[in-house]
Amino acid sequence: MPLLRLERITKRFGGLVALSEVSFSVERGSIVSLIGPNGAGKTTLFNCVTGVIRPEAGSIRFEEEESLMGLTPHQVAELGIARTFQNIRLFANMSVLENVLAGTYVRTKSGLLEALWPWGFAAHQEERWAIDRSMRLLEQLQLAPFADHLATALSYGQQRRLELARALASDPELLLLDEPAAGLTYQERQELMAFLNRLKGQGLTVLLIEHDMRVVMPISDWVVVLDDGATIAQGSPKAVQEDPRVIEAYLGAKPDGVRPHGV
Amino acid sequence: MSPGEFFLQQFINGLAIGSIYALIALGYTMVYGIIQLINFAHGEIFMAGAYLGLAAILLIGSIGPIGAAAGAAPALSLVLTILTAAAGCALLGLAVERVAYRPLRQAPKLSVLITAIGVSFFLQNAVMLSFGAQDRYVPPLLPVLHARIGSVTVTLMQGIVLAVSLMLMMGLQGIVYGTALGRAMRATAQDPLAARLMGIPVNRIIAVTFAMGSALAGVGGVLFGLTYSTINFHDGYLTGLKAFTAAVLGGIGNIPGAMLGGLLLGFLEGFAAAYLSTQWKNVVAFTVLVLVLILRPRGLLGERVAERA
Amino acid sequence: MRTAILVVLISLPFIDRNPYHVEVLTTAGLYALLALGLNLIVGFAGLLHLGYAAFFAIGAYTYALLNLRAGCPFWLGLPVSMATAGVAGVLLGLPAVRVRGDYLAIVTLGFGEIVRIVVTNLEPWTGGPNGLLGIAHPSIGSFRFGVDSRPYYWLILLLVEGTAWACARLRRSRIGLAWVALREDELAARCLGVDTTRLKLIALGLGGGIAGVAGCFFAAKQGTVTPDSFDFILSVMILAMVILGGLGSVRGAILGAAVLTIVPELLQGFSSYRMLLFGALMVVLMQARPQGLLGLAQIRRELRGRRAAA
Repeated sequence: MPLLRLERITKRFGGLVALSEVSFSVERGSIVSLIGPNGAGKTTLFNCVTGVIRPEAGSIRFEEEESLMGLTPHQVAELGIARTFQNIRLFANMSVLENVLAGTYVRTKSGLLEALWPWGFAAHQEERWAIDRSMRLLEQLQLAPFADHLATALSYGQQRRLELARALASDPELLLLDEPAAGLTYQERQELMAFLNRLKGQGLTVLLIEHDMRVVMPISDWVVVLDDGATIAQGSPKAVQEDPRVIEAYLGAKPDGVRPHGV
Repeated sequence: MSPGEFFLQQFINGLAIGSIYALIALGYTMVYGIIQLINFAHGEIFMAGAYLGLAAILLIGSIGPIGAAAGAAPALSLVLTILTAAAGCALLGLAVERVAYRPLRQAPKLSVLITAIGVSFFLQNAVMLSFGAQDRYVPPLLPVLHARIGSVTVTLMQGIVLAVSLMLMMGLQGIVYGTALGRAMRATAQDPLAARLMGIPVNRIIAVTFAMGSALAGVGGVLFGLTYSTINFHDGYLTGLKAFTAAVLGGIGNIPGAMLGGLLLGFLEGFAAAYLSTQWKNVVAFTVLVLVLILRPRGLLGERVAERA
Repeated sequence: MRTAILVVLISLPFIDRNPYHVEVLTTAGLYALLALGLNLIVGFAGLLHLGYAAFFAIGAYTYALLNLRAGCPFWLGLPVSMATAGVAGVLLGLPAVRVRGDYLAIVTLGFGEIVRIVVTNLEPWTGGPNGLLGIAHPSIGSFRFGVDSRPYYWLILLLVEGTAWACARLRRSRIGLAWVALREDELAARCLGVDTTRLKLIALGLGGGIAGVAGCFFAAKQGTVTPDSFDFILSVMILAMVILGGLGSVRGAILGAAVLTIVPELLQGFSSYRMLLFGALMVVLMQARPQGLLGLAQIRRELRGRRAAA
């Protein structure tokens, strides 16, 4: 059974149809890429899954039973879905560590009483646990030396990694990444791909939006192509790459994998 | 007085005070439209306008020949008074923008808000020190005349308030939608950076917007003083807040909206005072404010504003 | 450092025997308490609130009415005022948390004015514009606080110290972190599982509760309450203290309150020019330090603190 299954998702903005009857599934433990030209509706789809906006029709099922339709973003997050944003959205006036700590919110539970209890043993233990976990993530993403820096003091690539660390801190089952490789150097891109493969090895499921075919093709188990709000093709990277409709709509008659759109 | 006539009377009263609210609301809306700042000091500019009007009236009366001429032609002294207040307030608005707001164009929004409040304190106290803390009597410029239709009374002053406000609003509409200046203002409101790249002197356009909004508030102040005959340095706060409500009600950033909002608020308040009690009329204004913001934050005529992070 | 300041403050009334000074500091303490409460709402959770004086009023009238009508003692009035104002914070927050930014500011401003006008007009209960008189001062056993400033000074010192401690704790807690996250980027916070409505209401409830405590203290100290003590200017002054001190900074809120209470007193020599200068000073200060007195320093301190404490 797939971890996430979308069926006939339709979303309109006024008269504009942003998504029309989009259906696909994300198998547990796989990496699925969502590709398509700018304005194809990829980020809109992420927003539907995470409850930021509500589709007019269709169904989104997570873990077989759970319907995500009508849930708020925080409820979706509680179910174990974490995401990053196309235009990095870090907490600017927080330290790097605090950004990741904020990600542990759904995995911790101390409330007001624990916070104000002067001999706060439980809260203290939980805080220790959260800090340890966050520091481990920062180490994995080579951000540990900057733990106490302001998030905005990081370089662009580091900020992307920090957003990834923050999403992972919530210990998700499904990770949604919106253009994680955008603006990265060659070296950083290679590291990102290796890291995503490692996450997959740990059993995490990843759905990513990506323009860069050099990232998409090697790491994806399944590729879904959106154009103008509709799925025009899906399949293995190889099959999609050779699909004439994809070449027509997305690659613009350049089947050699050079991306026509980009930064 | 029949219920119908009573209603009509309240309608006329509401129209008069409503057009004063509308004049002030225009300043809020223009400034918000162009730099997304709630200019909390705007109410004080209105109040300063009322006092400038008072000063002009006293001055005109005290200068022999002009006083005599003005006494003979009250319309002339009204025009002079209005022009003095409008010019004075325009200068005041320019000064406030230059000294207090322009240096903070890139600063956090809250600092600008606090600055606006500081300006508010400053203006209030400057007026109090110059004119005293007690209510000041504003001598009537025009003969106290009124027309009667059945038992409904329309005073000359109400007529003037209406006529002047209407003229100014139409003039403003003409400037904003019919001149190069207006086009520059709208461009700056849409996207200051793009406007600058197109060669629009953005800072000057913002200054002009402040000056125009302040001049309108100044005229509102004169009309307010002449309508109620007494003014106080505290008047800016409550009237300003209500005018702001009017701007929000109509859709902040939207010029026809500010006019509509002002008139509506005037009616609502007039009817609340007449049918409920005067004590509760201010509650009506604020309840309207809260309800509009919660139920229809873009106001009656406002477009949906994209969320600014 | 902190202990040293505290010792000096506690012993101050013995060193400085000028009752006027103690009185000014007591007022500063009252404002500090209010600033701490508002800082929870504006500084931590990022909700721009312009009607905070309403909660102060609710706290003050709660104690005044309980005391006058039921003979409720101060020490019982304190938690009841806190609860009442806290509940009011949550109830008024329910519709308000749906709107954002500038609009939230105006909605809360509207609420603040509505509360004040309602208090003014509910004459049979609140005494209308004349307010309520003869509210009992606090007493401990047979010791009565009376009109001497000093016992109030020590009491407010205790309240401010306790509240500041709680605020600092909260800021470091899981809830505090979520507040700051939602202040910085609400959408990102929601996608991390932060139930923003709930957290906003917690901030409004706690902030309201602190204002309730301050209101109860104020009513008990003055012995009278009138609606004009709770006008918009007060809401603005408290906000100015929070922003001047540096949004989100606990020490900043206290410092801002002290500065904005003491400076106008120092300007007393200028008598009627005092508020004029004060307004000008606010403008100048915001241009010199748009982040507030302790704004950036606070952030840096917090950054250093987190790992060291773990």
